[in-house]
Amino acid sequence: MPAPSTDPVSRPEPLHLAVALDGAGWHPAAWREPEAAPRRLLSPRYWAELVAEAEGGLLDFVTFEDGLAQQSSHPLRRDDRTDQVRGRLDAVLTAARVAPLTRHIGLIPTVVATHTEPFHISKAIATLDHVSGGRAGVRVKVSARLDENAHFGRRDIPPLELPGGPGTPGPPGVVEELFDEAADHVEVTRRLWDSWEDDAEIRDVATGRFIDRDKLHYVDFRGRHFSVKGPSITPRPPQGQPLVAALAHATVPYRLVARSADIGFVTPHDVDDARGIVGEIRAEQAAAGREGEPLHVLGDLVVFLDETPARAAARRDRLDDVAGEEYTSDAEIFTGTPAQLADLLLHWREGGLGGFRLRPAVAAHDLPAITRGLVPELRGRDVFRRAYEAGTLRGLLGLARPASRYASTA
Amino acid sequence: MSATGRAGTARKQIHLAAHFPGVNNTTVWSDPESGSQIDFSSFVHLARTAERAKFDFLFLAEGLRLREHGGHIYDLDVVGRPDTFTVLAALAAVTDRIGLTGTINSTFNEPYEVARQFASLDHLTDGRAAWNVVTSWDAFTGENFRRGGFLPESRRYARAKEFLATATELFDSWRGDEILADQESGRFLREAGAGAFAHKGEEFTIEGRFDVPRGPQGRPVIFQAGDSDEGREFAASSADAIFSRYGTLEEGKAFYTDVKRRLARYGRAPGELLILPSATFVLGDTDEEAEERARQVRRQQVSGATALRHLEFVWNRDLSGYDPEGPLPDVDPLVGEHTVARGRAQVRMYRDPLATAREWRELAEANGWSIRDLVIHTGNRQTFVGSPETVARTLDEFVQADAADGFILVPHLVPGGLDEFADTVVPLLQERGVFRTEYEGTTLRDHLGLAHPDAHPDARRGAGAQAAGPGPGRADRTGAP
Repeated sequence: MPAPSTDPVSRPEPLHLAVALDGAGWHPAAWREPEAAPRRLLSPRYWAELVAEAEGGLLDFVTFEDGLAQQSSHPLRRDDRTDQVRGRLDAVLTAARVAPLTRHIGLIPTVVATHTEPFHISKAIATLDHVSGGRAGVRVKVSARLDENAHFGRRDIPPLELPGGPGTPGPPGVVEELFDEAADHVEVTRRLWDSWEDDAEIRDVATGRFIDRDKLHYVDFRGRHFSVKGPSITPRPPQGQPLVAALAHATVPYRLVARSADIGFVTPHDVDDARGIVGEIRAEQAAAGREGEPLHVLGDLVVFLDETPARAAARRDRLDDVAGEEYTSDAEIFTGTPAQLADLLLHWREGGLGGFRLRPAVAAHDLPAITRGLVPELRGRDVFRRAYEAGTLRGLLGLARPASRYASTA
Repeated sequence: MSATGRAGTARKQIHLAAHFPGVNNTTVWSDPESGSQIDFSSFVHLARTAERAKFDFLFLAEGLRLREHGGHIYDLDVVGRPDTFTVLAALAAVTDRIGLTGTINSTFNEPYEVARQFASLDHLTDGRAAWNVVTSWDAFTGENFRRGGFLPESRRYARAKEFLATATELFDSWRGDEILADQESGRFLREAGAGAFAHKGEEFTIEGRFDVPRGPQGRPVIFQAGDSDEGREFAASSADAIFSRYGTLEEGKAFYTDVKRRLARYGRAPGELLILPSATFVLGDTDEEAEERARQVRRQQVSGATALRHLEFVWNRDLSGYDPEGPLPDVDPLVGEHTVARGRAQVRMYRDPLATAREWRELAEANGWSIRDLVIHTGNRQTFVGSPETVARTLDEFVQADAADGFILVPHLVPGGLDEFADTVVPLLQERGVFRTEYEGTTLRDHLGLAHPDAHPDARRGAGAQAAGPGPGRADRTGAP
């Protein structure tokens, strides 16, 4: 595996930059922009073009949003709206579809831990890693949505109504339990990735053995929500451990990031906020016994990028007008020029962020603005790569390839 | 049924598919030409070879727990495979026309998730997705899943049937014209409620809005892999194709006649259900050379260690002390609960192990066979062995005689095991006028000559219409041709 580059000349730490892909873009009216091509959102070529654009800008990775229900403007229920994009493709399969068409960029689909089988998810992401040559990750999320639960009909999730609106704590314990289950999900997924040692396949003709069965391991996980025996049916992926990411806005999800993830996406609203969040995650990391282990905390921002601040603001206003309401987001919304955004990113980075995941307000407009506007701007400040330095996602993020936890250390 | 054809008579067209070599001893891993079972490049090679040869589809089997033998992971065959959906989605990027068929289990999945994966795959392949529906019940496999071994064997067909019916309701929850995406008026959906569904049954009670709009094929093509009476009835009611076991010409004709006869009961025409047995092959410049190569392949497939393990399926006891090149064990099989092999189909094949052992001892003595010789001779011989001319003629005869509509070919080598067939047999089939020289359509339905589901007046075959059918075949039938 390629190692992260070590440059003897002192220069600023490179910034990690990712893009979050979601339909026509993150603004609910993005699909109505002239360049949006909203009838192509289910076409494989649409997704291939977006990822190719991101790779053209040498970004670290892209994420693919997903859920087990139609998109909704309500956090817990379907909304049955007809004026926004509804309907989508499975994120893991979309990532797999574009993998052979790209060579360097990381691919991180979203998976709902609450309703899926860790055994299936583990082998799917391992396989994404195989078909992409070591560029896979998975962004894990929990679901408290009542409609998603009704699509599975398998469990009772206590109603998590938010009397004070999004962000208000629900009944005590419910959120914690969902995140604890997600942590178990990640634990099983990771154990299964390790369940085949790297050299388990021996093809020893003399003894007739295809594998050394002592190098395959039962994971024997027992938890409150599931027990999984193992080993995986899929051999260890090229990265050993594909990367695990999670989006977090509060202490409980910060804990998931700190305990289980390689990448955390957070939503600070200024540099001090960023510093506070990063501090909290680092403290949780220490409490989980992972102090000093690599964990990238990336700031999420929605971006409207244009050549002048006025043009960006006007575009945002126009989209809000079309949508009939002002766009709000869990993440800070940036409106301005690539140079202004570069200023902001470098400033916020002082709060301890390792980089950013940008959410293009309009994919067809703001993604090229990132790759062709922001990226050259960052390069001009010597904080962004000029060529891909590695062929794996771990390599791009400066993370070493871990040995299997089951490998005997002779 | 003349093999040479009659002037002026349109000859029945053969359908061909390539089965990625599976995790069983049909697949030879010890050959110097044997490549990775996992690297994506192996899948790309086989898929592109099959597409170059204008095959209908590529087929992937599945198994959700590694097989065990004597309490250990079975190590003599190929072990390990990638995730079916993920590989098929990736293959869509490097192929244009070939259909992509995945085996997905109805026991250890949920209908909503599988339906969204297949509907997504149909979009991502531009209409080339197919689902081979299988079921299992064993607690052994269940140990890898949330539900564990929740399903009694007697319920697995019922669950599979309801699973497919529910998935069909989800596929059909979008008609295909809901997305307006009208930028002017701001209406993305024509009306509220797209994807609405509600299913209430023994196995599943779910409701809501399906989130993947209708794919190019309406529904993926449905395969079914069982040849029991229940399986035949299920296929007749609900499947587009049967992945069946290969037999003799007469057996094939009987099976074919029986299954096609059942279609009328469901208002279906004979062409709406294809019968595609799996078949292996060995080619040579001459028939004699092919026979010799076939013998060599059999010896590669059955090493001494493999022969002993196979005998243990019947004997149900540890035979590791025996010499595979020596005579059969004089001890009798242990009768009762099977403890040696887990997660394999073979165990079910020998219902009366004492009789089988007796029969095998007699065979071995009469022919002077060692354990290994016996396993080689009693195991599956390759289906088609001969020169390209012989194999092309035999395949054609089989299809023209209505013993099959085509074949799912299982090469014994990864990734190049289909190359020779593509280069030598396919052109001969094309010369005979029984195999396409170019793809005529773009979807798998086009290749298989299956109508788009929306072309039927009663397009929505939901749970109600399927109520008469039993379940699909066993998961353990899919990996071991």
